[in-house]
Amino acid sequence: MISLAQRAKRQYAEAVVRARPIIAQNLKRNWFEWLIESTIKLTGIFIILIVALIFLFLVREGLPTFLDIPLRELFGSRWYPIEGMFGLWPLIVGSLLVTAGSVIIAVPLGLTTAIYLGEIAPPWQREILKPLIEMLAGIPSIVLGFLGWIALAPLLQDLGAPTGLTALSGSIILAYMALPTIISISEDALYAVPKEYRDGALAMGATQWQTIRRVVMPAASSGLMMAVMLGIGRAIGETMAVMMVTGNAAYVPELGTDMLLQPVRTLTATVAAEMGEVAQGSLHYNVLFGIGIILFLITFSINSLAGRLVGQTSRRRRG
Amino acid sequence: MKPQQTQKLAVAIITASAALVVIPIVLVILFIVAKGIGAISWTFLADAPRSGMTQGGIMPAILGTIILTLGTAIVCIPLAIGAAIYLAEYAGDNRLTRWVRLAIVNLAGIPSIVYGLFGLGAFVLFLNLGTSIAAGSLTLGIMTLPVVISTAEEAILSVPQEFRTVSQSLGATRWQTIRHQVLPHATPGIITGVILGLSRAAGETAPILFTVAAFYLPELPKSLSDQTMALPYHLYVIATQVPGMPLQIQYGTALVLLILVMSMTLVATVIRTRMRRRRDW
Repeated sequence: MISLAQRAKRQYAEAVVRARPIIAQNLKRNWFEWLIESTIKLTGIFIILIVALIFLFLVREGLPTFLDIPLRELFGSRWYPIEGMFGLWPLIVGSLLVTAGSVIIAVPLGLTTAIYLGEIAPPWQREILKPLIEMLAGIPSIVLGFLGWIALAPLLQDLGAPTGLTALSGSIILAYMALPTIISISEDALYAVPKEYRDGALAMGATQWQTIRRVVMPAASSGLMMAVMLGIGRAIGETMAVMMVTGNAAYVPELGTDMLLQPVRTLTATVAAEMGEVAQGSLHYNVLFGIGIILFLITFSINSLAGRLVGQTSRRRRG
Repeated sequence: MKPQQTQKLAVAIITASAALVVIPIVLVILFIVAKGIGAISWTFLADAPRSGMTQGGIMPAILGTIILTLGTAIVCIPLAIGAAIYLAEYAGDNRLTRWVRLAIVNLAGIPSIVYGLFGLGAFVLFLNLGTSIAAGSLTLGIMTLPVVISTAEEAILSVPQEFRTVSQSLGATRWQTIRHQVLPHATPGIITGVILGLSRAAGETAPILFTVAAFYLPELPKSLSDQTMALPYHLYVIATQVPGMPLQIQYGTALVLLILVMSMTLVATVIRTRMRRRRDW
């Protein structure tokens, strides 16, 4: 008579013997698994590396900008590269002006369109409108720039502007380029607001607009903020369309109500227009890469901030 | 004002502004089609430009854009799908994952002209590829990564968890599960993402300015180290750099570019809707 414990022990030993070939096979398979898993993990890490590499290569070519030119001169108001004057101020103002103009146009339009799509439009309209807005996102920037150049600018001039190629033309084109981003992200944010919030407000006698304004929008606020920020990021970085329609004058526009009606030149357009003509290794060449560093840092901070907003929203919803 | 009146006013304003967004989109597309359709002919599509580009066709530019799009696909697809599998299947909730996500968000936000500068510094000069199809494809491929990664990740995540559980409980390893259960179901979604990403790349100008695009080339490119013409850059050139360019050729080029990009978007959308309809879980 063997005890229960002994029997268990013997069964265990038998199981181990039987399992041995399977374990061996698994080990072999494990090795393959390990290889695949490492490769996939490496591609993930590679993405981080790419961002670092982009910054490194910009710095490699652009660093002399910040070392060789005194800061006061670099942020001075004269951009005459041929005479060795590299004042970035007119370009920075140009970028800010065009971007601000586009934000003033695109944010109200984008948010209201998102509200329309998410809260008001009947389903059949949504089915038509959403693909249309996706189409807008798909139109190449050069095509919009071409239209701005050939149709919008003459139109603005006919309406009484001294010249058609102005900051305003740039702002209008940019607004429409930023709209798909703003609309789709803010619509997601509105969609994420639980239906109970609306039902609760409506049940207490609020009108639809009161519900949207006082309940839905506050609940979605961080998502809406993110939409606006990513829209701004999109606008600052846009190049070709802006280059074609803003008139490319590297002067600081005069302060005043008609600021938007003056030709300006943006940071991005300067790089695109001048890189083809500079000698590689010259200071002008370095400065154009320096502008690249500035653009990289601006968009990097906007996007990192927006990324943090996403983290906050999802955490709050979970909690 | 009474709340009911405010309600009416608000809805009216919101509807009007939605119309203000949508109507110009339709107008823009109709405008280009109407103005450009007259230029489209067999010679326009199949001939090289002649007489300082004021006559003939745009075939080298069309072909160049197709070649660049294929090059972009080769660079972008393996990397993007690898990263998407990592994020969807392997990544834990740790610092590395957060960094990868942050990197993707930032890649998506980097201005296209900065990609152009990076391509010039890294591929054209540092790797000594010169202004070439290789350098342009690498630049566009990296620029396209974030779009493809996010859509591919979504496609992989949309495969129900049960498929994985069942597969692994039958003894399949993690990779076997991904390879034979998850990826086949995610493929249509991944393809949609790839095509959308490529359609963006096909329409981009700024990243190819200094890395591959040629103002005018009488011959077609013969190898990866040649320059090529490309539709977006060609449109820029003939619209702003060549005086006395016939308007019809300009509109025609814009229309061809628009059709090329839009048809890619359309294919992607069709695959996506079909997939949603056919899905049986």
